[in-house]
Amino acid sequence: MALIKYSIAIRDAIAEEMRRDPKLFFMGEDIAKFGGVFGCSLNLPEEFPGRVLSTPISEAAFVGAGMGAAITGTHTLVELQYVDFILCAMDQLINQTAKTHYMSNGTVKVPYTLRVQQGCGRGNGAQHAQCFESLFAGIPGLKVVCPSTPADAKGLLKTALRDENPVVFCEHKMLYAVRGEVPDSPDFTIPFGVADIRREGTDVTIIATSYMVQRALDAASLLEAEGISAEVIDPRTIVPLDMETLAASVRKTGRCVIAQEAQPFCSFGGEIAYELQQQVFRYLDAPIERVSTAQVPMPYSRKLETLNVPTADRIAAAARKTLWR
Amino acid sequence: MNPKEILGLYENMLLSRRFEQKADELYKEGLVTGSLHLYIGEEAIGAVAMLMREEGDLFTSTHRGVGHTVLCGCDPNLIMAELFGKATGISGGKGGSMHMFDQAHGLLGTNGIVGGGTSLACGAGITLKLVNHTDRVVFCFLGEGASNEGVTHESMNLAAVWKLPVIFVVENNGYEVFTTAQESCSVEDIAVRAAGYGIPGAVVDGNDALKLEKAYRKAIDHARRGEGPSLIEAKTYRWSGHWPGDAYSYGGYRSKEEVDEWKARCPILRLGKLILEKGYATGEELDAISRRVDRRVEESVAFAMASPDPDDGGLLQNLFA
Ligand SMILES: Cc1ncc(C[n+]2csc(CCOP(=O)(O)OP(=O)(O)O)c2C)c(N)n1
Ligand SMILES: [Mg+2]
Repeated sequence: MALIKYSIAIRDAIAEEMRRDPKLFFMGEDIAKFGGVFGCSLNLPEEFPGRVLSTPISEAAFVGAGMGAAITGTHTLVELQYVDFILCAMDQLINQTAKTHYMSNGTVKVPYTLRVQQGCGRGNGAQHAQCFESLFAGIPGLKVVCPSTPADAKGLLKTALRDENPVVFCEHKMLYAVRGEVPDSPDFTIPFGVADIRREGTDVTIIATSYMVQRALDAASLLEAEGISAEVIDPRTIVPLDMETLAASVRKTGRCVIAQEAQPFCSFGGEIAYELQQQVFRYLDAPIERVSTAQVPMPYSRKLETLNVPTADRIAAAARKTLWR
Repeated sequence: MNPKEILGLYENMLLSRRFEQKADELYKEGLVTGSLHLYIGEEAIGAVAMLMREEGDLFTSTHRGVGHTVLCGCDPNLIMAELFGKATGISGGKGGSMHMFDQAHGLLGTNGIVGGGTSLACGAGITLKLVNHTDRVVFCFLGEGASNEGVTHESMNLAAVWKLPVIFVVENNGYEVFTTAQESCSVEDIAVRAAGYGIPGAVVDGNDALKLEKAYRKAIDHARRGEGPSLIEAKTYRWSGHWPGDAYSYGGYRSKEEVDEWKARCPILRLGKLILEKGYATGEELDAISRRVDRRVEESVAFAMASPDPDDGGLLQNLFA
């Protein structure tokens, strides 16, 4: 185990997989200098000459090229500097990439991972702070990963880089500097579709991903002081989704809060609530609560941004509500 | 440009310069946050275009749009307040430096998306020419990095086939974050791509106001005559890092010598020298301009500081008209 930053855990995962797989190729804007804008490719161009390339600012071209490379024997990793720029390449992602394995009746494989950086927290405004995991998860054929810790980032990225499907790997800009214990073994991976029970509890289940996980844990501490025992679960991957673990927890607690940074309407939180009421309706003691940003673009003002993003207090308040307090 | 216009141009460029230098300082103090991309060193390109605009002409801007916004005549108080995220900002604090809109001064938005303005400029051209049947024009500013976006190519072709009155101004500062133009562009001069769209293209020294004037004159006349778009590539340099905390911009991805060499080619110094040589103003008069500009910047900071944050209710307002 070593205490390392989320950004470095990502870098290490890429380095280990590039060592293992000579056909792994990595491209994205500015990645070949100084580790890129967020430090996730530090020293990679030196170790893997010719396999880590900075692209022109041409998202449609390099996201599509990633697909073309993937279906011709290259395992491709593409970095989107901000998730917001994937919108310039939506045809390449949705029409050209996500559907191909299905449309080809399984004959074409698409070993392609797209790392995207998303989320609030730096006052970047409406075109640089979006969360698109719900959008991606709504497209059949894309796997969607949202790591919340350095260890998860490493273990899940290594799994992505061995997967033969398109994977959208959603990193959070506020997590890059967070440190955590990460296993050193090059064999360390975390399978997709296995939720992580971050804290056990008996009164209410809080489901959270990415940047919201720490806030959910903070909410659980607040609740503990009031004698409320909260269980915090991080699904880690949204596609595939470990409904079994989520449902088992809610069956136990009878109450559920979903915390997400994405806007509420048509989001994965709504989808999880739907699945839960289908599976555990008889066990529910209160309506499922959801805490999210408002159904608006992210405002620039730090005051409004802070107001918009769910806090531990808001998550705790929603939990109390499920307990009728 | 007559002497009076040249003096006005000088003052406007100096205002943009000092405004952004102040914003940079305030960013480092943590009062301005988020994304801030400075136009310092590139001011002549926007300033001359703004001066040559006529009533009803429009323009689209970029992520590096604070300079354009100051230069277009937008009240500096409103811009500074926007950078502070205050309720009195030009976008009510909800936009930030990359999302400022000032239709009264022709600004169709600074833009967080590289290349994002190019298709908007075509649309403005549709309104001006095909719908309103005027001879008004649209300036579309973009970086050389943005010239590699798909939407830029599509927009240039669209503007060409419909003869839209768009003047594409590529502000080629040699860099796109850490990446160099040589690493990312297929040609040394972006202007040669104009031939591929069948439109006039020209390379111009972007730090020379008089040369810019000539190039713009041609393109404006061409567009007003209904003959369609042009592509002007203005060679320039960004003095600052890509963002205020960019530690690699001086001695990292570019040499200190290179930065200093370009600083010596300052467009404002050049214009000041010309003014003195031609006797359009005295040194004392230029000093008076400098003091006036500084006061204006200080006033904008005081205004921003004294302004309130947006109300909580503002979060949900203005999603729909
Ligand atoms: C579609 C899109 N891709 C990437 C970015 C990130 N980004 C912001 S500015 C920039 C460099 C732009 O270079 P250029 O167009 O030359 O403008 P300059 O910054 O040099 O003025 C990049 C890559 C973005 N904002 N939008
Ligand atoms: Mg540039």
